[in-house]
Amino acid sequence: MSHRRRVVITGIGPVTPVGIGVDAFWSSLVAGRSGVGKLEGFDASAYASRIAAQVHDFQAEDFLEPAEVRRMERFAHLAVAAGRLAVADASLDLDEVPRERVGCVLGTGIGGISAFEQGVKVLAERGPSRISPHLVAQMIPNMAAGQIAMRLGITGPNDCTVTACAASGHAIARAVDLIRAGRADVVLAGGAESAITPLTVAGFCATRALSTRNDDPEGASRPFDAGRDGFVVGEGATVLVLEDAEGAAARGARIYAEIAGYGLSADAYHETAPHPDGEGGAAAMRAALADAELAPEHVGYINAHGTSTSLGDIAETRAIRGVFGTHADALAVSSTKSMTGHLIGAAGATEAAATALALVHGILPPTINLNEPDPECDLDYVPNVARETRVRAALSNSFGFGGHNASIALVTHG
Amino acid sequence: MTEQFEDVVKELLIKEFRVDEATIAPEASFKELGLDSLDVVSFVMALEDRLGLEIPESDLEGVNTYGDALGLLERKVGSRA
Repeated sequence: MSHRRRVVITGIGPVTPVGIGVDAFWSSLVAGRSGVGKLEGFDASAYASRIAAQVHDFQAEDFLEPAEVRRMERFAHLAVAAGRLAVADASLDLDEVPRERVGCVLGTGIGGISAFEQGVKVLAERGPSRISPHLVAQMIPNMAAGQIAMRLGITGPNDCTVTACAASGHAIARAVDLIRAGRADVVLAGGAESAITPLTVAGFCATRALSTRNDDPEGASRPFDAGRDGFVVGEGATVLVLEDAEGAAARGARIYAEIAGYGLSADAYHETAPHPDGEGGAAAMRAALADAELAPEHVGYINAHGTSTSLGDIAETRAIRGVFGTHADALAVSSTKSMTGHLIGAAGATEAAATALALVHGILPPTINLNEPDPECDLDYVPNVARETRVRAALSNSFGFGGHNASIALVTHG
Repeated sequence: MTEQFEDVVKELLIKEFRVDEATIAPEASFKELGLDSLDVVSFVMALEDRLGLEIPESDLEGVNTYGDALGLLERKVGSRA
């Protein structure tokens, strides 16, 4: 019988509104610290939502040459930084591995929208001859993956997934496939997003999906709480170093967790609203369990998609009840978006990282701002305070506009 | 006149294109200044804006160094005067 290669996480590189690097990121999540504040990138006074989860204290020059910084959009800056941090965290010496065996799959929901917006303005005001020759290279969503390959000199399979808020869930799934199929031994998988721009925020405001709790930014992302009123737009990037388990063991790598499987599905229902019963999300979770050869009762924790929207949190709760039956009351669910805000295309990888760290440390990060649970959200959401609990298997859910669903199954390694 | 627009060009390279001042010399190629082919297009557009000139593609033949660029600008500005 042919044996399937196992995939492990050996490095984590988070560049997020709650911290840059594993230690800062994890300590914020355990402390229940919010990364949400006043939207700072542009004058948002005319906007219904004027809050955002932004990455502070980030200097692109710490990770890139000045000329590279100039040529790239911020989502690619964040991606390269996350890639470098992940490789360093994995103690992976790229000179010691065949570079053609190292791939990269980076998801993004939106890509280089800031360059696009500026380009449209220049076109309208000054005409086509004044458009920057860098525009196309800056705005195409695959450039984050391309830049990581260029900066790190990795020449294996290089790919980009663009499935809105599920993009980096899909990136992890694709990376797992590449390693399982023997097409790569190491894959840098993750997502990057920086779309807190005038046009994008206006678009999200128009969908009525954003929180307008402008006077209380830190309390604005409140998944599963009766007072929730939408998500908080965020930016960031997280890259995971995924490796063939045997290769990781051979080089003596520290292993955070194993990605035992994943499940993907489509709602086939509506552009932006989830299926009311969470059927698509449930199908993704069931498929993840089957792929990982896990029974529902093995799962002790779910890092929910939990965006803090009225419909989404109820649909996901129903999906979890549908998949887990009575075991739904025995497992813990939390939404780290309550702290990080919604990192869109970077959300899936950021939350898979949080899930891996929860397995390693035996601590479940909380859902903050959960003061008055919505009666229709009736699971154990680890309210407000992190909890010491050892779990052996967990799911990380990501659902995107367009009805794309990804669920990643992680298990402790060993 | 040359010195005046040389200041403009230098400042543009340093501030907008993040060129290390120490590398700027007449014989320095665009590549040595850290400008790739797209950067050169962008640089020419910025020069047109700053100096109020039009620099058609055909003028750029044989312009490969910082010194070549200054020479071209001198000819353009001279012909305008």
